[in-house]
Amino acid sequence: MDGAISVRSLRVRRGGRLVLRDLSLSVAPGRLTGLLGPNGSGKTTLMRAIVGVQVVEAGAVVVLGEPAGSPELRWRVGYVTQAPSVYGDLTVRENLRYFARVLDRPESTVDEALGTVGLVALAEQLTATLSGGERARVSLATALLNKPDVLVLDEPTVGLDPVLRRDLWATFRRLADGGTTLLVSSHVMEEAARCDDLLLLRDGALLAALTPAELRERTGEHELEQAFLRLAEGAA
Amino acid sequence: MSLRVTTATARRVLLQLRHDPRTVLLLVAVPCALVALLKYVFAGGQAGAVFDRVGGPLLGVFPLVSMFLVTSIAMLRERTTGTLERLLTMPLAKLDLLVGYAVAFALAAAVQATLVSALAFGALDLHVRGPTWAVIVLAVANAVLGMALGLFVSAFARSEFQAVQFMPAFVLPQLLLCGLLAPRQEMARPLEVVSWAAPLTYAYDALDRVTRGVYGGALVRDVLALVAFTLLALALGAVTLRRRTP
Repeated sequence: MDGAISVRSLRVRRGGRLVLRDLSLSVAPGRLTGLLGPNGSGKTTLMRAIVGVQVVEAGAVVVLGEPAGSPELRWRVGYVTQAPSVYGDLTVRENLRYFARVLDRPESTVDEALGTVGLVALAEQLTATLSGGERARVSLATALLNKPDVLVLDEPTVGLDPVLRRDLWATFRRLADGGTTLLVSSHVMEEAARCDDLLLLRDGALLAALTPAELRERTGEHELEQAFLRLAEGAA
Repeated sequence: MSLRVTTATARRVLLQLRHDPRTVLLLVAVPCALVALLKYVFAGGQAGAVFDRVGGPLLGVFPLVSMFLVTSIAMLRERTTGTLERLLTMPLAKLDLLVGYAVAFALAAAVQATLVSALAFGALDLHVRGPTWAVIVLAVANAVLGMALGLFVSAFARSEFQAVQFMPAFVLPQLLLCGLLAPRQEMARPLEVVSWAAPLTYAYDALDRVTRGVYGGALVRDVLALVAFTLLALALGAVTLRRRTP
């Protein structure tokens, strides 16, 4: 139980389907951990359990030494959902200002977060009029307001152009180097190369927990995409 | 609960309203148009007297209905867009959110009820025996009750289709039972008993008493019941708001 996040024998059922089956894993503190797996492998459900909004059937999730979802963690854990969860009928700045007040952060953090996600020029724009990628960045900026110790990001780079994707991964790297624990889900294998550790999920179970180098080594494939396929099919 | 988060939420909800001028216009214009219509559907010698009798109570019912609809949809939207889930992972008490909504919509309701009352007592020449201010205060209280009920029932709606149908399902029966159409004492006993449990009964009763200039303990009881139902609806709203969902 030395991880920033540790999950033990977690079982979750959603809509009658067993989405996570006795899942156990651990996420090391201050590292950038990628959560990879095909659609429907349980990535989002695992993240919801970690931030404490998922009803779980059995098992334990401990974050920073506290049970997931405990009140103290609401200050220390940031979560960005897959679909941008921001108010379309507010401007970008108004959105961030509201969340900053909820998190008890000063106004200056809003500008900082806007800078990080490259939205300074669009700050006064109504959020509903932004493109999908821009809205996703507003949603991401919200989670950066209070510099949480643990940041859980559900496919934060989906639909973003390559330049932006590179910049955001650079931001994730900077945050991890600064001591933040990041858990980032993706189903794009090229993003796996940017992570320190990888957790590979399939059908609600942990397929492997290793580093990108170990994944290449174990499968003999240089391309992580191929390596993942090999591992997934080999285990089937 | 935190004052900071509650006021931030109220400001945010008002900002959202400000970005939607058409909704604000509808919130004010629809009850105004309905009260005007009410005045002119009554014709003949007794027309003025009938308008004076039902006009006062209905000044409260129209804002109640519109606030019920607007808040139940607003809260449902908060659920379906994921902003509710995000807020619930943050240091925000459930009552911060509900009271924030309540404060924002109460302010909107105050503007709405005041303008509708101004129209009714001014251009439409509505006469009540009690003080005008009491009618306005009760109309605002009605709107706040409608808002609290809307917040509560939104917990049971999974879609906008369901949410809008809660209005006729939840509010119209109360309107039939509240005493506006028929005196409650003359209803079949079971219906009268049900009417005692309906919040709208007290809302109607209080306005009816002020309209007729009848005060006393019964009016105090009505007002207390109105406040109690509002608080109860908010409390139930907080209970039905779950941080963890399946």
